[in-house]
Amino acid sequence: MKTITKSELIDALAQKLNHLTYKDVEFSVKAIIEQMAQNLSTGGRIEIRGFGSFSLHHRPPRMGRNPKTGEPVPLPSKHVPHFKPGKELRDRVNTLANSPAKEAD
Amino acid sequence: MAERLFEEIGLNKREAKELVELFFEEIRAALEEGVQVKLSGFGNFNLRDKRQRPGRNPKTGEEIPISSRRVVTFHPGQKLKARVEAYANKQPR
Repeated sequence: MKTITKSELIDALAQKLNHLTYKDVEFSVKAIIEQMAQNLSTGGRIEIRGFGSFSLHHRPPRMGRNPKTGEPVPLPSKHVPHFKPGKELRDRVNTLANSPAKEAD
Repeated sequence: MAERLFEEIGLNKREAKELVELFFEEIRAALEEGVQVKLSGFGNFNLRDKRQRPGRNPKTGEEIPISSRRVVTFHPGQKLKARVEAYANKQPR
């Protein structure tokens, strides 16, 4: 499946926002991402209308295993980031519902 | 988000708002086109195609098929996971 990266996203945005400098767009995108990461890593929840919400999910402690030796290792509880897509994103992405002819590759 | 973000950059409020909206719109548009999005330092937005599967109306218990669909999944990157864990270790809740 095709992929775009952060730098390609910055290029596309800089082309559309040609009243801003490339540097400004690059700095801003990095700042948006950093702000989201910062928010999540201090326990915050992020909600972006039409896109989705990011929150933390709790994982209880469990016994893991060292895959090399098979030895059991206790793993402490932790929080992991979780994303729930918003309605607009869900609907737009679900092209399988709108055009069943367009099969996935 | 726009307000807090761009006081430091020197964009005006309208420019900042436009940029934030366009950023998320670019990601939505890519995913809509079947293109996955990788944001290094944060995570990846991937697409998964799900087949039709049997489901149930939780209220009535009636069986209804859940149609095949394409969904977005988010996979946090190593760096984000590590940052979140570091916080969680300090703040048990």
